[in-house]
Amino acid sequence: MERFNDFYEAVSDTGKYIRNLKNSGKKILGYVCSYTPEEIILAAGIHPVRLFGTEGNIALADAHLQSYTCSLARGVLEGALSGELDYLDGMIFPHTCDTIQRLSDIWRLNTDFGFFSDVVLPVKLDTESAREYMEDVLRKFRSDLEEGMGVTITDGALEKSIEKYNRIRGCLKTIYELRSADPGILTGADVYAIVKGSMIMDRDYLLERLPEVIEMLRDRKPSTDMGKKRIALTGSICNQPDIYTIIEKSGGVVVWDDLCTGSRYFEGLTDTNGDPVAAIANRYIERQICPAKHMSNTSRGDCIVEMVRKNNVQGVIFLLLKFCDPHDFDYPYIKGFLDREDIPSMLLEIEDQLPSEGQLMTRFETFIHML
Amino acid sequence: MTDTDKAKDSRKIKSVGKMKEIMTTYYIDAKTAEQTGKKVAWITSGGPVEPLIAMDVIPVYPENYGAMIGASKMGGDLCQKAEELGYSGDLCSYARADIVCSMVDGGPIGGLPKPDMLICCNNICGTVLKWYEIQARHYNVPLFILDTPFCHTEYTQESRKYVRAQIDEYTHFLENACKTKFDHDRMKEVGKLSVEGQVLWQEVLDTAMNRPSPMTCFDAFFHLALIVTLRGTQIAVDYYRSLLEEMKQRVADGISAIPHERYRLLWDNLPIWYRVKWMSEKFAAHDACLVADTYTSAWCGQLKYMDEDNFLDSMAEGYTRIYLNIGVDEMIKIVLEMVDKYDVDGFVMHSNRSCKPYSLGQYDIQRAVQKERGIPSVMIESHMIDERSFSESQSETRIDAFMEMIKQKG
Ligand code: SF4
Ligand code: SF4
Repeated sequence: MERFNDFYEAVSDTGKYIRNLKNSGKKILGYVCSYTPEEIILAAGIHPVRLFGTEGNIALADAHLQSYTCSLARGVLEGALSGELDYLDGMIFPHTCDTIQRLSDIWRLNTDFGFFSDVVLPVKLDTESAREYMEDVLRKFRSDLEEGMGVTITDGALEKSIEKYNRIRGCLKTIYELRSADPGILTGADVYAIVKGSMIMDRDYLLERLPEVIEMLRDRKPSTDMGKKRIALTGSICNQPDIYTIIEKSGGVVVWDDLCTGSRYFEGLTDTNGDPVAAIANRYIERQICPAKHMSNTSRGDCIVEMVRKNNVQGVIFLLLKFCDPHDFDYPYIKGFLDREDIPSMLLEIEDQLPSEGQLMTRFETFIHML
Repeated sequence: MTDTDKAKDSRKIKSVGKMKEIMTTYYIDAKTAEQTGKKVAWITSGGPVEPLIAMDVIPVYPENYGAMIGASKMGGDLCQKAEELGYSGDLCSYARADIVCSMVDGGPIGGLPKPDMLICCNNICGTVLKWYEIQARHYNVPLFILDTPFCHTEYTQESRKYVRAQIDEYTHFLENACKTKFDHDRMKEVGKLSVEGQVLWQEVLDTAMNRPSPMTCFDAFFHLALIVTLRGTQIAVDYYRSLLEEMKQRVADGISAIPHERYRLLWDNLPIWYRVKWMSEKFAAHDACLVADTYTSAWCGQLKYMDEDNFLDSMAEGYTRIYLNIGVDEMIKIVLEMVDKYDVDGFVMHSNRSCKPYSLGQYDIQRAVQKERGIPSVMIESHMIDERSFSESQSETRIDAFMEMIKQKG
């Protein structure tokens, strides 16, 4: 879509976008998880970029990761080894799943991008000692970053950065809400480009640009009801913009999601009163969790049911990367929660590549037809 | 009896019978806990069992049960059933099989006794977190999670404080679950017994340094059960003391684990439970003895952090720094130490689709061992208890080629 060309370009040629940014004097740090304390990175004057894995074939990574590793981990490592990610000045690995845990070791032993940090966050988030530990780890990251990148991060800078992220996240959420209220106002591919672009593009630019997008959407005439079925996606990442288009062609429309490259990225604002690091920790604890973390035994299931209700979702599509343990373990129980509420769902397991469009259309059409 | 039968008989480890007896009694106790008024806790294999023993709670290990399922070749069938429940075939086969036994039933010894509580320590993997959440929903019993932050390069101050705080949370959890005060005196005794048992287990494994070795890693897989399940009890201490004596006697009498030990090998990762016998015969036919492994030593590898006089404090560190909770480079160091210690000629790696924390990184470890020690290695792929995943012909070809390489070198 022309209206969102800037987002589309940053997403389709991230390397080019980031290299331009780098040429303007910015340092670049990569990351792979929605629990990365981007606020601290930005406060250091560094540009954080989320990595989604290579677009190309995987060859070099196969010498380090077995074939039963998810395509995200293999793709990210491929990018590092092939030179595709040469623009990075460093990499940050928050602790997530067993795969990322080992990817971090392999990265540390086989690449040399300068800065490197494991942010070993707690796995359970429901106790006071875990909250304290979360805070301690974030403080340690802050000082490691200061030392490793030769910068100082003042509380003032951190507060400013938090405020920026609150605005960016607030905007993304508003865009989601506008779409949920009237799914015809922009396509799924547009939303995908905007959210993904927001993890790639210059944050100051986004602060100007996202409010414009919102204004533009608000000015749009309500779309006439297209009779499309309201769908929500759940899973880890969606790196496949085509999915949205195929769902739309099949008679559905994505109105919300529970993806780490979607709502899990922007849900929850950071408190701007009090200690900034404690506030970042608190947001992680209050936010909708990812399945690699523990809150209560049913918190994800409850959240997903609530998301469905709030957005009048008619059907849920589980979008799971093959070999992703945390999501695979949660699937049967979350499906069970949805079944109990009479909410139909379908599972799409994604390997390196999507199935052919025809095959996907048939599966989506069958599903959507039954809603 | 012919001579070879005699030789065969003398090579059999006598303690096996005793071990079977102990395990049978243990499972009977666990399965009758309801009648005897005892509480049952399910706990992960790397979890701190000692406080449970101190509280007279019977620890039950779904992973040990998983091994039993694998050894009785019931894994494939149960894993298939798990897939029917929606659990992906790519998940840990222990978890899949155990979940099905709980939800549908099936499995050996008529299933595990129901838990009164669940104790999950994530020092081995993230799988156990998800697995125990599933069981907590299923049985609707309290779940305690001991969160041991991964030590990529160090055991940080932050982590030290966090884990230590959780040890107190753990004892409080047990006080609530058992409705009795935590017995610190008893805990001290249990701590001492735990350390003693681990020291003895390490000494048992060390006897494999002898040429010929009195035991193989396949023996170690079997005799491991007590250090996992009954660590911290007198029973385990007594058992390993007598096993150690038997091993020393074998060494003195020149009794070897396999008929002709010419080559010595190191095993990496969990056993392929449904193929233990096949593997051991396969290698023995090549005159190769798998003298040591990275797996069974994981239950005594942290002794250096353990202080028997200050067990609860030191256990925080000991349990956080176990083999599966450290970086690949530190694993490489340990593997190289084992290569030297047991003086091995080759490295057999089980690339275990069930266990990502153990298997991802193996290629890097393999290269490091080849580079640093110049010994051949081979990789065999499987899901440790899902026999449907195992290709016998492919594994056989690989093992034969690997043994050829070793023979040419030596
Ligand atoms: S959470 Fe899943 S998709 Fe994400 S890195 Fe881990 S295995 Fe891959
Ligand atoms: S085999 Fe591996 S993944 Fe499975 S429970 Fe054990 S450590 Fe965890």
